[in-house]
Amino acid sequence: MSAPTRVPASPSQARPVRDGVSLGLAVGVSGLAFGAAAVSSGLSVWQACALSLLAFTGASQFALAGVIASGGSLLAGTAGAILLGSRNTLYGLRLADVLRPRGARRMLTALGVIDETTAVSLAQPDPIAARTAFTATFCCLYLTWNLATLAGALGAGRIGSPQSFGLDVVGPAAFLALIWPRLRAGRTERLVATVGAAVALGTTPLLPIGVPVILAATAALAGALAPQQSVPQQSAPEAS
Amino acid sequence: MTGVWIAVLATAAGCYALKLAGLTVPQRVLASPRVRRFAELVPVALLAALSAVQTATSGHTFALDPARLAGLGAAVVALLLRAPFLLVIVAAAGTAAALRAAGIT
Repeated sequence: MSAPTRVPASPSQARPVRDGVSLGLAVGVSGLAFGAAAVSSGLSVWQACALSLLAFTGASQFALAGVIASGGSLLAGTAGAILLGSRNTLYGLRLADVLRPRGARRMLTALGVIDETTAVSLAQPDPIAARTAFTATFCCLYLTWNLATLAGALGAGRIGSPQSFGLDVVGPAAFLALIWPRLRAGRTERLVATVGAAVALGTTPLLPIGVPVILAATAALAGALAPQQSVPQQSAPEAS
Repeated sequence: MTGVWIAVLATAAGCYALKLAGLTVPQRVLASPRVRRFAELVPVALLAALSAVQTATSGHTFALDPARLAGLGAAVVALLLRAPFLLVIVAAAGTAAALRAAGIT
Protein backbone atom coordinates (compact mmCIF):
# COMPACT_ATOMS: atom_id res chain seq x y z
CA MET A 1 0.00 0.00 0.00
CA SER A 2 2.87 2.33 0.66
CA ALA A 3 3.86 2.63 -2.97
CA PRO A 4 1.11 1.94 -5.51
CA THR A 5 1.98 2.03 -9.19
CA ARG A 6 3.80 5.31 -9.25
CA VAL A 7 3.67 6.10 -12.92
CA PRO A 8 0.34 7.36 -14.28
CA ALA A 9 -0.54 6.65 -17.91
CA SER A 10 0.76 9.94 -19.28
CA PRO A 11 2.72 11.80 -16.64
CA SER A 12 3.97 14.52 -18.97
CA GLN A 13 0.42 15.54 -19.94
CA ALA A 14 -1.62 15.03 -16.77
CA ARG A 15 0.38 17.35 -14.57
CA PRO A 16 0.59 20.39 -16.85
CA VAL A 17 -3.16 20.18 -17.47
CA ARG A 18 -3.88 19.96 -13.74
CA ASP A 19 -1.48 22.83 -12.96
CA GLY A 20 -2.96 25.02 -15.65
CA VAL A 21 -6.60 24.34 -14.88
CA SER A 22 -6.25 24.85 -11.13
CA LEU A 23 -4.32 28.11 -11.50
CA GLY A 24 -6.67 29.27 -14.23
CA LEU A 25 -9.72 28.74 -12.04
CA ALA A 26 -8.15 30.29 -8.92
CA VAL A 27 -6.87 33.42 -10.62
CA GLY A 28 -9.73 33.69 -13.10
CA VAL A 29 -12.25 34.17 -10.31
CA SER A 30 -10.48 37.46 -9.50
CA GLY A 31 -12.13 38.73 -12.67
CA LEU A 32 -15.10 39.32 -10.35
CA ALA A 33 -13.02 41.92 -8.53
CA PHE A 34 -11.93 43.52 -11.81
CA GLY A 35 -15.46 43.65 -13.23
CA ALA A 36 -16.84 45.20 -10.06
CA ALA A 37 -13.94 47.66 -9.69
CA ALA A 38 -14.16 48.68 -13.37
CA VAL A 39 -17.87 49.47 -13.25
CA SER A 40 -17.57 51.34 -9.96
CA SER A 41 -14.71 53.31 -11.61
CA GLY A 42 -17.10 54.55 -14.28
CA LEU A 43 -16.55 52.07 -17.11
CA SER A 44 -19.59 50.46 -18.69
CA VAL A 45 -20.17 46.72 -18.46
CA TRP A 46 -19.12 46.32 -22.11
CA GLN A 47 -15.98 48.39 -21.63
CA ALA A 48 -15.00 46.19 -18.68
CA CYS A 49 -15.65 43.08 -20.80
CA ALA A 50 -13.77 44.49 -23.81
CA LEU A 51 -10.69 45.03 -21.63
CA SER A 52 -10.80 41.47 -20.30
CA LEU A 53 -11.41 39.99 -23.75
CA LEU A 54 -8.87 42.04 -25.70
CA ALA A 55 -6.23 43.33 -23.27
CA PHE A 56 -6.35 40.23 -21.03
CA THR A 57 -3.69 41.33 -18.55
CA GLY A 58 -4.96 42.10 -15.07
CA ALA A 59 -2.56 44.75 -13.82
CA SER A 60 -3.02 46.97 -16.90
CA GLN A 61 -6.80 46.59 -16.68
CA PHE A 62 -6.90 47.56 -12.99
CA ALA A 63 -4.54 50.45 -13.71
CA LEU A 64 -6.70 51.97 -16.45
CA ALA A 65 -9.82 51.60 -14.29
CA GLY A 66 -8.01 53.25 -11.38
CA VAL A 67 -7.02 56.33 -13.39
CA ILE A 68 -10.54 56.66 -14.81
CA ALA A 69 -11.95 56.38 -11.27
CA SER A 70 -9.76 59.21 -10.03
CA GLY A 71 -10.75 61.42 -12.96
CA GLY A 72 -7.28 61.35 -14.45
CA SER A 73 -6.27 62.02 -18.04
CA LEU A 74 -7.24 59.15 -20.33
CA LEU A 75 -3.97 59.52 -22.21
CA ALA A 76 -1.91 59.11 -19.03
CA GLY A 77 -4.12 56.22 -17.93
CA THR A 78 -3.67 54.46 -21.27
CA ALA A 79 0.08 55.07 -21.29
CA GLY A 80 0.45 53.73 -17.74
CA ALA A 81 -1.62 50.65 -18.53
CA ILE A 82 0.40 49.89 -21.67
CA LEU A 83 3.70 50.47 -19.86
CA LEU A 84 2.58 47.94 -17.25
CA GLY A 85 2.01 45.44 -20.06
CA SER A 86 5.65 45.69 -21.13
CA ARG A 87 6.65 42.81 -18.88
CA ASN A 88 4.61 40.53 -21.15
CA THR A 89 7.13 41.27 -23.92
CA LEU A 90 9.81 39.75 -21.71
CA TYR A 91 7.61 36.73 -21.07
CA GLY A 92 6.99 36.39 -24.82
CA LEU A 93 10.70 36.31 -25.51
CA ARG A 94 11.15 33.45 -23.07
CA LEU A 95 8.04 31.57 -24.22
CA ALA A 96 8.90 31.88 -27.93
CA ASP A 97 11.85 29.59 -27.34
CA VAL A 98 9.68 26.89 -25.76
CA LEU A 99 6.37 27.16 -27.62
CA ARG A 100 7.73 28.06 -31.08
CA PRO A 101 4.36 29.29 -32.40
CA ARG A 102 4.09 30.12 -36.11
CA GLY A 103 1.70 32.04 -38.34
CA ALA A 104 -1.92 32.35 -37.19
CA ARG A 105 -1.15 30.27 -34.13
CA ARG A 106 1.34 32.90 -33.01
CA MET A 107 -1.33 35.62 -33.22
CA LEU A 108 -3.56 33.64 -30.88
CA THR A 109 -0.74 32.55 -28.59
CA ALA A 110 0.26 36.20 -28.11
CA LEU A 111 -3.04 37.02 -26.40
CA GLY A 112 -2.23 34.44 -23.73
CA VAL A 113 1.26 35.69 -22.85
CA ILE A 114 0.80 36.82 -19.23
CA ASP A 115 2.23 36.22 -15.73
CA GLU A 116 0.29 33.04 -15.00
CA THR A 117 0.71 31.21 -18.34
CA THR A 118 4.43 32.01 -18.27
CA ALA A 119 4.85 30.79 -14.70
CA VAL A 120 3.09 27.46 -15.33
CA SER A 121 4.72 26.84 -18.74
CA LEU A 122 8.27 27.54 -17.61
CA ALA A 123 7.80 25.32 -14.54
CA GLN A 124 7.36 22.24 -16.77
CA PRO A 125 10.21 19.81 -17.34
CA ASP A 126 10.08 19.66 -21.17
CA PRO A 127 8.75 21.66 -24.16
CA ILE A 128 5.82 19.29 -24.82
CA ALA A 129 4.60 19.61 -21.25
CA ALA A 130 5.21 23.37 -21.46
CA ARG A 131 2.99 23.66 -24.54
CA THR A 132 0.25 21.63 -22.88
CA ALA A 133 0.55 23.75 -19.74
CA PHE A 134 0.34 26.97 -21.75
CA THR A 135 -2.78 25.85 -23.59
CA ALA A 136 -4.47 24.55 -20.43
CA THR A 137 -3.71 27.67 -18.39
CA PHE A 138 -4.61 30.06 -21.19
CA CYS A 139 -7.94 28.39 -22.05
CA CYS A 140 -9.06 27.95 -18.46
CA LEU A 141 -7.95 31.39 -17.30
CA TYR A 142 -9.32 33.18 -20.35
CA LEU A 143 -12.73 31.60 -19.95
CA THR A 144 -12.91 32.08 -16.17
CA TRP A 145 -11.49 35.61 -16.21
CA ASN A 146 -13.96 36.81 -18.83
CA LEU A 147 -17.04 35.16 -17.30
CA ALA A 148 -16.03 36.49 -13.88
CA THR A 149 -15.51 39.99 -15.31
CA LEU A 150 -19.02 39.94 -16.75
CA ALA A 151 -20.50 38.67 -13.47
CA GLY A 152 -18.58 41.25 -11.41
CA ALA A 153 -19.50 44.08 -13.77
CA LEU A 154 -23.20 43.18 -13.74
CA GLY A 155 -23.14 42.70 -9.97
CA ALA A 156 -21.42 45.99 -9.19
CA GLY A 157 -24.31 48.00 -10.59
CA ARG A 158 -26.75 46.45 -8.11
CA ILE A 159 -24.88 46.77 -4.84
CA GLY A 160 -25.10 50.50 -4.35
CA SER A 161 -22.02 52.26 -3.01
CA PRO A 162 -18.84 50.43 -4.05
CA GLN A 163 -17.03 51.88 -1.04
CA SER A 164 -19.36 50.14 1.39
CA PHE A 165 -18.07 46.84 -0.03
CA GLY A 166 -14.47 47.95 0.18
CA LEU A 167 -14.09 47.82 -3.61
CA ASP A 168 -11.78 50.86 -3.55
CA VAL A 169 -9.14 48.71 -1.82
CA VAL A 170 -9.32 45.93 -4.42
CA GLY A 171 -6.94 47.65 -6.86
CA PRO A 172 -4.22 48.59 -4.33
CA ALA A 173 -4.39 45.14 -2.71
CA ALA A 174 -4.22 43.39 -6.10
CA PHE A 175 -1.13 45.42 -7.13
CA LEU A 176 0.60 44.61 -3.87
CA ALA A 177 -0.21 40.91 -4.22
CA LEU A 178 1.12 40.90 -7.80
CA ILE A 179 4.53 42.32 -6.84
CA TRP A 180 4.81 40.53 -3.48
CA PRO A 181 6.87 37.57 -4.79
CA ARG A 182 9.32 40.03 -6.37
CA LEU A 183 9.58 42.09 -3.19
CA ARG A 184 10.62 38.93 -1.39
CA ALA A 185 13.18 38.21 -4.09
CA GLY A 186 15.69 40.96 -3.39
CA ARG A 187 16.78 44.23 -1.85
CA THR A 188 16.88 46.05 -5.22
CA GLU A 189 13.23 45.13 -5.83
CA ARG A 190 12.17 46.52 -2.44
CA LEU A 191 14.20 49.68 -3.02
CA VAL A 192 12.73 50.18 -6.51
CA ALA A 193 9.21 49.68 -5.15
CA THR A 194 9.77 52.18 -2.33
CA VAL A 195 11.35 54.82 -4.57
CA GLY A 196 8.69 54.27 -7.24
CA ALA A 197 5.91 54.80 -4.69
CA ALA A 198 7.68 57.86 -3.24
CA VAL A 199 8.19 59.45 -6.68
CA ALA A 200 4.52 58.93 -7.55
CA LEU A 201 3.24 60.25 -4.21
CA GLY A 202 5.64 63.19 -4.23
CA THR A 203 4.64 64.36 -7.70
CA THR A 204 0.89 63.76 -7.29
CA PRO A 205 0.13 67.35 -6.19
CA LEU A 206 2.11 68.78 -9.13
CA LEU A 207 1.38 66.66 -12.21
CA PRO A 208 -1.74 65.56 -14.13
CA ILE A 209 -3.37 62.46 -12.61
CA GLY A 210 -1.86 59.26 -14.03
CA VAL A 211 1.48 60.87 -14.94
CA PRO A 212 3.12 60.31 -11.50
CA VAL A 213 2.69 56.56 -11.91
CA ILE A 214 4.48 56.60 -15.27
CA LEU A 215 7.23 58.69 -13.71
CA ALA A 216 7.77 55.86 -11.21
CA ALA A 217 9.41 53.93 -14.07
CA THR A 218 12.49 56.09 -13.42
CA ALA A 219 12.95 54.05 -10.23
CA ALA A 220 13.13 50.92 -12.38
CA LEU A 221 15.61 52.63 -14.70
CA ALA A 222 17.80 53.62 -11.75
CA GLY A 223 17.57 50.10 -10.37
CA ALA A 224 18.59 48.61 -13.72
CA LEU A 225 21.52 51.00 -14.20
CA ALA A 226 22.81 50.77 -10.63
CA PRO A 227 25.87 48.57 -10.21
CA GLN A 228 24.77 45.17 -9.02
CA GLN A 229 26.44 44.31 -5.76
CA SER A 230 25.43 40.69 -5.38
CA VAL A 231 25.99 39.45 -8.92
CA PRO A 232 29.57 39.60 -10.18
CA GLN A 233 29.65 41.28 -13.61
CA GLN A 234 32.79 39.69 -14.99
CA SER A 235 33.33 35.98 -15.19
CA ALA A 236 35.75 35.96 -12.33
CA PRO A 237 38.34 33.20 -12.10
CA GLU A 238 36.76 31.94 -8.89
CA ALA A 239 34.62 29.00 -10.00
CA SER A 240 31.09 28.55 -8.75
CA MET B 1 -17.90 57.93 -23.12
CA THR B 2 -16.25 57.86 -26.54
CA GLY B 3 -13.00 58.92 -24.89
CA VAL B 4 -13.19 55.98 -22.49
CA TRP B 5 -13.80 53.58 -25.40
CA ILE B 6 -10.73 54.95 -27.17
CA ALA B 7 -8.69 54.47 -23.99
CA VAL B 8 -10.04 50.91 -23.59
CA LEU B 9 -9.28 49.94 -27.19
CA ALA B 10 -5.88 51.68 -27.24
CA THR B 11 -4.92 49.87 -24.02
CA ALA B 12 -6.05 46.56 -25.51
CA ALA B 13 -4.14 47.18 -28.76
CA GLY B 14 -1.00 48.32 -26.94
CA CYS B 15 -1.03 45.37 -24.54
CA TYR B 16 -1.56 42.91 -27.38
CA ALA B 17 1.21 44.47 -29.47
CA LEU B 18 3.64 44.17 -26.55
CA LYS B 19 2.78 40.49 -26.09
CA LEU B 20 3.14 39.77 -29.83
CA ALA B 21 6.43 41.67 -29.95
CA GLY B 22 7.91 39.28 -27.39
CA LEU B 23 7.03 36.27 -29.55
CA THR B 24 8.28 37.96 -32.73
CA VAL B 25 11.37 39.96 -31.83
CA PRO B 26 14.74 38.22 -32.14
CA GLN B 27 16.02 36.83 -28.84
CA ARG B 28 19.20 38.90 -28.83
CA VAL B 29 17.29 42.07 -27.88
CA LEU B 30 17.35 40.82 -24.34
CA ALA B 31 21.03 40.00 -24.49
CA SER B 32 21.87 43.15 -22.59
CA PRO B 33 21.53 42.39 -18.88
CA ARG B 34 20.45 45.98 -18.22
CA VAL B 35 17.55 45.84 -20.67
CA ARG B 36 16.49 42.57 -19.10
CA ARG B 37 16.81 44.01 -15.60
CA PHE B 38 14.80 47.10 -16.56
CA ALA B 39 12.01 44.93 -17.97
CA GLU B 40 11.94 42.98 -14.71
CA LEU B 41 11.85 46.09 -12.52
CA VAL B 42 9.25 48.15 -14.44
CA PRO B 43 6.23 46.29 -13.05
CA VAL B 44 7.66 46.44 -9.52
CA ALA B 45 8.02 50.24 -9.68
CA LEU B 46 4.70 50.89 -11.44
CA LEU B 47 2.56 48.58 -9.35
CA ALA B 48 4.05 49.90 -6.10
CA ALA B 49 3.35 53.44 -7.31
CA LEU B 50 -0.22 52.59 -8.32
CA SER B 51 -0.89 50.92 -4.99
CA ALA B 52 0.48 53.93 -3.07
CA VAL B 53 -1.36 56.54 -5.15
CA GLN B 54 -4.70 54.75 -5.04
CA THR B 55 -4.39 54.17 -1.30
CA ALA B 56 -3.20 57.55 -0.11
CA THR B 57 -4.39 60.20 -2.55
CA SER B 58 -7.60 61.59 -3.95
CA GLY B 59 -7.16 63.73 -7.04
CA HIS B 60 -4.16 65.97 -6.40
CA THR B 61 -4.26 65.84 -2.60
CA PHE B 62 -3.26 63.31 0.02
CA ALA B 63 -6.26 61.59 1.58
CA LEU B 64 -5.76 59.05 4.31
CA ASP B 65 -8.95 57.04 4.67
CA PRO B 66 -8.67 54.83 7.81
CA ALA B 67 -10.83 52.02 6.42
CA ARG B 68 -8.83 51.91 3.17
CA LEU B 69 -5.50 51.89 5.02
CA ALA B 70 -6.74 49.11 7.30
CA GLY B 71 -7.85 47.16 4.24
CA LEU B 72 -4.39 47.42 2.71
CA GLY B 73 -2.93 46.43 6.09
CA ALA B 74 -5.11 43.33 6.05
CA ALA B 75 -3.77 42.53 2.58
CA VAL B 76 -0.20 42.76 3.89
CA VAL B 77 -1.03 40.40 6.78
CA ALA B 78 -2.66 37.95 4.34
CA LEU B 79 0.41 38.11 2.07
CA LEU B 80 2.74 37.51 5.01
CA LEU B 81 0.63 34.45 5.85
CA ARG B 82 1.08 33.34 2.20
CA ALA B 83 -2.64 33.48 1.44
CA PRO B 84 -3.68 32.90 -2.19
CA PHE B 85 -4.39 35.93 -4.41
CA LEU B 86 -8.17 35.91 -4.10
CA LEU B 87 -8.07 35.59 -0.30
CA VAL B 88 -5.75 38.62 -0.13
CA ILE B 89 -8.31 40.66 -2.08
CA VAL B 90 -11.23 39.41 0.01
CA ALA B 91 -9.35 40.20 3.25
CA ALA B 92 -8.60 43.74 2.07
CA ALA B 93 -12.10 44.55 0.81
CA GLY B 94 -13.77 42.77 3.75
CA THR B 95 -11.75 44.71 6.34
CA ALA B 96 -12.54 48.06 4.73
CA ALA B 97 -16.21 47.15 4.35
CA ALA B 98 -16.47 45.97 7.98
CA LEU B 99 -14.87 49.13 9.34
CA ARG B 100 -17.18 51.32 7.26
CA ALA B 101 -20.21 49.32 8.39
CA ALA B 102 -19.02 49.97 11.95
CA GLY B 103 -19.06 53.69 11.23
CA ILE B 104 -15.30 54.27 10.81
CA THR B 105 -14.78 56.43 7.74
